[in-house]
Amino acid sequence: MRTTLTERLAELAVAVSLWGFRILVVFVVVAGTILTIRTGKYSGEQWIDFVVFGIARGSIYALIALGYTMVYGILRMINFAHGDVFMAGAFSGYFLTAALSRSGFLDRYPIWTLLGAILIGMGVATGIAIILERVAYRPLRKAPRLVPLISAIGASFFLEYSFRGFFGPGIYAYPPVTILQGEWTLLGIGILRMQVLVAVAAFIMMAILYTIVMRTKIGKAMRAVSENKDVSALMGIDVDRIIVATFMIGAAMAGAAGVLYALMFRQVNFFMGFVPGIKAFTAAVLGGIGNIPGAMLGGITLGIFESIGPALFLDGLGITRPYQLQDAIAFIMLVMVLLFRPSGLLGERLAVKKA
Amino acid sequence: MNNQLRLTFGRAARIGLIGGLVALFLCLVGIVGVFNKRSLIEGIISLGQFSILLSALGVGYIAAKSASDQMQKGVLWPFLAGILSGFLTGAVVAIFVMIGYRINIRTVFITASPVLYDLLTFGRGPAGIWLLPGVGAFLGALSALTYKTPPWIQRPLVRGLTAVILSGLFAGLVRPLLIVWGGWPEALGRFLFGSTGVTPAGALTTFVVISGIVAVWSARGKAMRERVRQWPPAGQAALRWTFFGLAFILALALPLFSGAFLAQVIVLISINILMGLGLNITLGFAGLLDLGFVAFFAMGAYTVGLLTSYGEYGLAHLSFWAVVPIAIFVAFMIGAFLGLPVLRIRGDYLAIATLGFGEIVRLLAGSDFLGLWLGGPQGVIGIQKPCIGWLGPYLGVGIPRVCNGLELGGPKEIYYLAVISAILVAFVATRLRDSRLGRAWMAIREDEDVAESLGVNLIQTKLLAYMLGASFAGLGGAIFGTLVGSIFASSMQLLVSINVVCLIIVGGMGSIPGVVVGAIALIGLPEAFREFAEYRLLFYGAALIGMMLAKPGGLFPSAIVQRELHVAEEMEEPSDASISVASANLE
Repeated sequence: MRTTLTERLAELAVAVSLWGFRILVVFVVVAGTILTIRTGKYSGEQWIDFVVFGIARGSIYALIALGYTMVYGILRMINFAHGDVFMAGAFSGYFLTAALSRSGFLDRYPIWTLLGAILIGMGVATGIAIILERVAYRPLRKAPRLVPLISAIGASFFLEYSFRGFFGPGIYAYPPVTILQGEWTLLGIGILRMQVLVAVAAFIMMAILYTIVMRTKIGKAMRAVSENKDVSALMGIDVDRIIVATFMIGAAMAGAAGVLYALMFRQVNFFMGFVPGIKAFTAAVLGGIGNIPGAMLGGITLGIFESIGPALFLDGLGITRPYQLQDAIAFIMLVMVLLFRPSGLLGERLAVKKA
Repeated sequence: MNNQLRLTFGRAARIGLIGGLVALFLCLVGIVGVFNKRSLIEGIISLGQFSILLSALGVGYIAAKSASDQMQKGVLWPFLAGILSGFLTGAVVAIFVMIGYRINIRTVFITASPVLYDLLTFGRGPAGIWLLPGVGAFLGALSALTYKTPPWIQRPLVRGLTAVILSGLFAGLVRPLLIVWGGWPEALGRFLFGSTGVTPAGALTTFVVISGIVAVWSARGKAMRERVRQWPPAGQAALRWTFFGLAFILALALPLFSGAFLAQVIVLISINILMGLGLNITLGFAGLLDLGFVAFFAMGAYTVGLLTSYGEYGLAHLSFWAVVPIAIFVAFMIGAFLGLPVLRIRGDYLAIATLGFGEIVRLLAGSDFLGLWLGGPQGVIGIQKPCIGWLGPYLGVGIPRVCNGLELGGPKEIYYLAVISAILVAFVATRLRDSRLGRAWMAIREDEDVAESLGVNLIQTKLLAYMLGASFAGLGGAIFGTLVGSIFASSMQLLVSINVVCLIIVGGMGSIPGVVVGAIALIGLPEAFREFAEYRLLFYGAALIGMMLAKPGGLFPSAIVQRELHVAEEMEEPSDASISVASANLE
């Protein structure tokens, strides 16, 4: 194949920049790690705390990521408003808990309150997702791919600022749940109860979801639709219904994640969905988008990296207040995955289908 | 027949209920309450009440339209459908108010206050609840009737009302302008506008005058336009140039009588036009959605800040004019630096990756790590204003350099800088669009693989689109920096990028006049209604969804898209083809 000089130069520039990026990241990771460990600023217990916190937060990302991954698997569309569905779940859980906390129900039956909050969070999130799909996505299903993405960005802002209008721009403090405070000691290491509970709840939800997708009839239909919409329609599957069901299940997971997130960080705000939404998308891509176990793996990986990253990679390099760059670590992971392994850790399907 | 009736009324009922939910949404989200502070016609109706009434009017219109589509002829059924839907809209709101008076839902919805209920019951308290469905039914009937009237009555009526509404909305802006002049404009201003809206007499006058003009124009206008079209081409061109010339002179003279506020609004619009034209190259021409556009804006702003500032973080203390080319060049190179790795990614993944880059830039700029050089959260302050003339020497931290000559100190002076840059950049963008490069971009937008096989070098062409777009944004950032005089990392939010994407989408992708229209509509209008500012992004979101659903080509679709739409119609593939062409196969 003949190529002109400018073409070769352009290719060379791309290669140089990609390698430069790789080398920079590897340098920061390796040098940072070595220097941090040599200074020995953090004790072993602190590292374990970081990892546990990372798993707890990562499992929330994983729950949200499931919605991205399932919708992408079926519609090949990034549901940009998914983070705001998560926020809606957090808000509804908050209002229920706050009301029950005022009436004293929370102190008497904390477990029922938590369950109720998670259920109402799931319910409201599901409702919003149904409306969203009907109004903003369904009419655009045949349009080029950027059109539904822009509509989704619009939906995201619409939801955020509707909630701001409904509930005001302030931050609501989640009422304290006493049974979740304190620590459990495991093998001589103290672990916060809250983090254990969040991780366990998230794993239970993921297990339920996995069973639904793998074992039930509707799950089978979902997998069929994600393989090929037209053929599934010929096999007698109501594709519209399956798409709505996918949105509902994804939103239910996000709603539950919202309540868990609010329990863990004890605050609710109209803008809280944006950053976790982007990170969950990163998790979905990291694990291989369209791949359900991948989303779980990606979420946990991202959570751990984000949690230990500032201390492990950046502190050793002498960067002041590395925690300010915690989000930047997640975004850099996002860009790196998109650049170097768009099929993710577990996914091979994407590369074949020309994402 | 019976079945058809049921269908008609079932649909009307559904439209009415949806309208009621929309009205309820407007109440709860707080728009009604906020708008209530402004009156449309003084002492008669507030803007908040009007927004509720508008939903009843709209519902009646849609119901009448759907009913007459169903039933072919007759006024009766559409009329009844209008009444039904309007009634239901009112009823939904009435039920809400009834619940609100009994139960305190304010612990959840902060806007559900007694003030809102009083407003909705027209100040009569719980006894006025029954008014709502009644008024709704009346308005629904009214707009159903309007729908059925012949166009020569309908058009002047609707246009006249629209004019009254618009002058009510803009009263606060126009009135001071007129009053400043004194003499007859002041008298006119005081006659037409009150301090919060139109006066009743002014409303009546506006309505009569505008509907009269519209009535005459719709009878004569066609003949006049026809006559102009029969002029020789030279004459037509002369007419067009006279028009442009008048507009240009008006633009030059505007700050002299507009006051600093309007000048500042126009500067903001111009900055957004600059960024919009930049993103228009990447998104509109080449079809690459960049959600991290703010990064280049930040590069321009920080370059100007660091190189001209007389504050703590100033590096070189140069003059603004020397730094502008550097800022553009820095943005251009950063465009290459970010573009080279990212451009391999396709379609919607590119959007997310660029979003990631934009956020990384903001986080880095605001962190304490780079704070030693960029000021961190405190930002870079004390940016030198542009000076036409000779600039005095740098004396020390915190002392601005003296300008011997004309200093472009305030928004009124920077206005010229911004508007002239916008015009220049629009010219460059037009030339780029019509160049060989521009055609290559559009080829890539339509189909990457085909473009490559036709000999377009993908990497080089995409990269140029990215870099040129970035340099326009850098210029915008430079002007922003000098306008505000200080830069903070917190002003480099994702919202800036979303803003620019919105204005391109609303204006029409790939269309240069569309960018101008979009910037005026999305930046100018919210600035004109300050109380509106809180809901700006709510409207942006709704506008993005609405545009994608109804008009993916935008308000002002570019000539090529329009031509392609036309061809598509001739080929009789209206629905699918128009969507895919208008949004231009952005994959």
